[in-house]
Amino acid sequence: MRFLAKKLTSICTLYVIIFANLSSAIAGSDYVILPGDDAQEKIQEALILAEPGDQIELGAGVFKLTDGLSLDVDNVTLIGQGMYKTVLSFKGQKSGSEGLLVTSDQVVLKDFAVEDTKGDAVKIKGVDGIAMIRLRAEWTDGPKPTNGAYGLYPVQSKNVYIDGCVAIGASDAGIYVGQSDKIIVRNSRGEYNVAGLEIENSFNADVFDNVLTHNTGGLLVFDLPNLPQQGGHNVRFFRNKSIDNDTPNFAPEGNIVGIVPRGTGMIVMANENVEIFDNEFSGNDTMNIAVASYVDDFDDETYEPTPKKIHIHNNIFGKSGQKPDTGEFGTIVHETVGTPVPDIVWDGVLPLMDYIFFGQADEDKLAIHDNKHLAGVRPFGNANMIMHVIAPIFHKAKFDILPYQKSYPSLPEVEVIIRGRPAAELMN
Amino acid sequence: MFSRVFLQLVATACLFVGVSSSVWAETAINDELLMAKKPAKKLADYGLFLDEAARQPMTRVISYELNNPLFTDYSLKYRFIYIPRNAGGAPYDETDVLAFPVGSVLGKTFAYPNDFRSPDKDIRFIETRLLIHKQSGWKAYPYVWNDAQTEAKLKVAGKRKSIPVIWKDGTQSSIDYAVPNMNQCKGCHVTSNKKLAPIGPKIRNLNRDHSSGDAVFQNQVSYLRDIGFIQGGPKQPSKMPRVPEPLNVESGSLFKRARSYLDGNCAHCHAPGRPADTSGLYLNYEEKREVHWGVNKHPVAAGRGAGGLRVDIKPGQPEKSILFYRMKSTDPGIMMPELGRSTVHLEGVDLIGKFITELK
Repeated sequence: MRFLAKKLTSICTLYVIIFANLSSAIAGSDYVILPGDDAQEKIQEALILAEPGDQIELGAGVFKLTDGLSLDVDNVTLIGQGMYKTVLSFKGQKSGSEGLLVTSDQVVLKDFAVEDTKGDAVKIKGVDGIAMIRLRAEWTDGPKPTNGAYGLYPVQSKNVYIDGCVAIGASDAGIYVGQSDKIIVRNSRGEYNVAGLEIENSFNADVFDNVLTHNTGGLLVFDLPNLPQQGGHNVRFFRNKSIDNDTPNFAPEGNIVGIVPRGTGMIVMANENVEIFDNEFSGNDTMNIAVASYVDDFDDETYEPTPKKIHIHNNIFGKSGQKPDTGEFGTIVHETVGTPVPDIVWDGVLPLMDYIFFGQADEDKLAIHDNKHLAGVRPFGNANMIMHVIAPIFHKAKFDILPYQKSYPSLPEVEVIIRGRPAAELMN
Repeated sequence: MFSRVFLQLVATACLFVGVSSSVWAETAINDELLMAKKPAKKLADYGLFLDEAARQPMTRVISYELNNPLFTDYSLKYRFIYIPRNAGGAPYDETDVLAFPVGSVLGKTFAYPNDFRSPDKDIRFIETRLLIHKQSGWKAYPYVWNDAQTEAKLKVAGKRKSIPVIWKDGTQSSIDYAVPNMNQCKGCHVTSNKKLAPIGPKIRNLNRDHSSGDAVFQNQVSYLRDIGFIQGGPKQPSKMPRVPEPLNVESGSLFKRARSYLDGNCAHCHAPGRPADTSGLYLNYEEKREVHWGVNKHPVAAGRGAGGLRVDIKPGQPEKSILFYRMKSTDPGIMMPELGRSTVHLEGVDLIGKFITELK
């Protein structure tokens, strides 16, 4: 009920925004395109012929599209009448592995929806400056493995700004920022995705005031091997709500995100310098936060699979970890740390020499302090998974939080500059 | 074969005419229009061909072929290159795409025979794509042919065409042919610094006999050098790099032919600095690191393209290899390459299947 009420308020707010925009958007557009039979050609032609500085406006209604759209002109604004009014529907898509692809710098995408693409909904590749404002990416038939992988998908980009967006039904991540630098994701919502919001192989990201609910996992920060950019670091997650994530994992098999257990508030995998504070985690069936090493074998000498300097403080943890997922990851969590699962679980995996002799270096250790654990479950568990795998009879999880009660200096705020000014100014 | 032979003969004839004395033909190519900021509305405006049907190329418009061409729904492809007189040529380069000078035009006409049982008869041109090297860099323009085959018009936003064909086995179907829009051209034809560029004309792809029908003229690179389109480099073809023809078993080992196929069909995106380098899967011919050309490599963002499989290439097991799975699909959310294909390349699938089976 509480959630329904919230959804209603957010929809109401949206309508206010839409009406505010209707008046302002009409004036000054260089192209105005309305739904109709030739919409595919009209939109694509505008996206090609636009000059830097142009605004392309999409009218209200459903645009039925058969092929992926793409934009490769710098400094163009593509604007609709609102994320529930202007809908680019790709239900009949015949080609293109995404709905909209942007490969140019300083682009602003605003106030429209991209629905039912065969692959990703909106992909941004290799740009400096991209703002996605009040966009909706959705697969309208609910969670299905045949849905596209990513909703909003900036990759290999710099100055990435996502604000007020909604992503629903992605078979990988609703909002996914990969191999990028200088990132803000705020005021956005992810529902019924495998991963609600994921930051992968990225540097300098601020993720705040987002709501992730009814996904398989809410927030993910991963670092993977064998990629052009790796060594993810300096990522802050604050004032987010990752609550009631309860959708069974529906990722197509073979995808790394397939490991996420149903009902995970957050997973930190590999990465260095991740600060997690002032968030709310609750109602997550398997666990609130997992901190883990990269799990697959890899062939990459430069890759660092162990998470370092992960700093978790001042969060609120509600009731979670009551019904762990029965998949591989969920089972091992439940077998090692028991049910109910502690609020913060570390897999305890270190390079073997460190594991046996030295332990993790002090300056890299997990730091945990000043969190509120409301449900009375154990605040922390070290799953000690290496022992669980090599000698199960000697395996014992550790629940002592004292060795981790330390702190790191706060990470700096991330500044995203688009069109020469702080990206938040592009909201209106 | 008739039209090809004819095309070649005319090209050669025109060349000799051009080289000897007459300049009547070459003045007809509209270099000014080719270099203009805006593209011409009609292909014929450039004057690259003698006739309105673009079967007879002008002087200095030279046809050529590649060792490992991209598969595009079994379409026939007629490639040609034009370099204006006094523009110079491309310096010989062992590895990279040849740097043709400003003023150059690379063209490719996509065509289908009515009936693949007689592939040289009743050939319909579908589109002619031009890559023009302007002062501001390479530009790509697709020109779509009308049904009467009298006129090809610029379509910046691309176009879908249903093309009825009769296949080699006599069965009939329609190809849902997609003419790419200008951005889609760039989707493949893009360099690491985001500039548009040609893909095919590398020495290793051009190093083959320049033939026409039964007549073999000479090595294609040597020929292009003789006419000044390529400058420098070793005289003997055997001293120049060459990739084998993927589907010609006499052309090289299975391994090399498969890597050549993947190079021609995938590496325009799957190579360092190219559009799909986000995946870390590099299928360019030079890539030596096994994990990077797919062996036991986990996907990153393949989504349902992974098809429930765990690695790109599982040695010995094509059916457990994502790469093989995606080649066999025609679903836009799964298939590879993403563009230019609505049918399965059976011969390519067969080649890559054998290749993976043999891998250890």
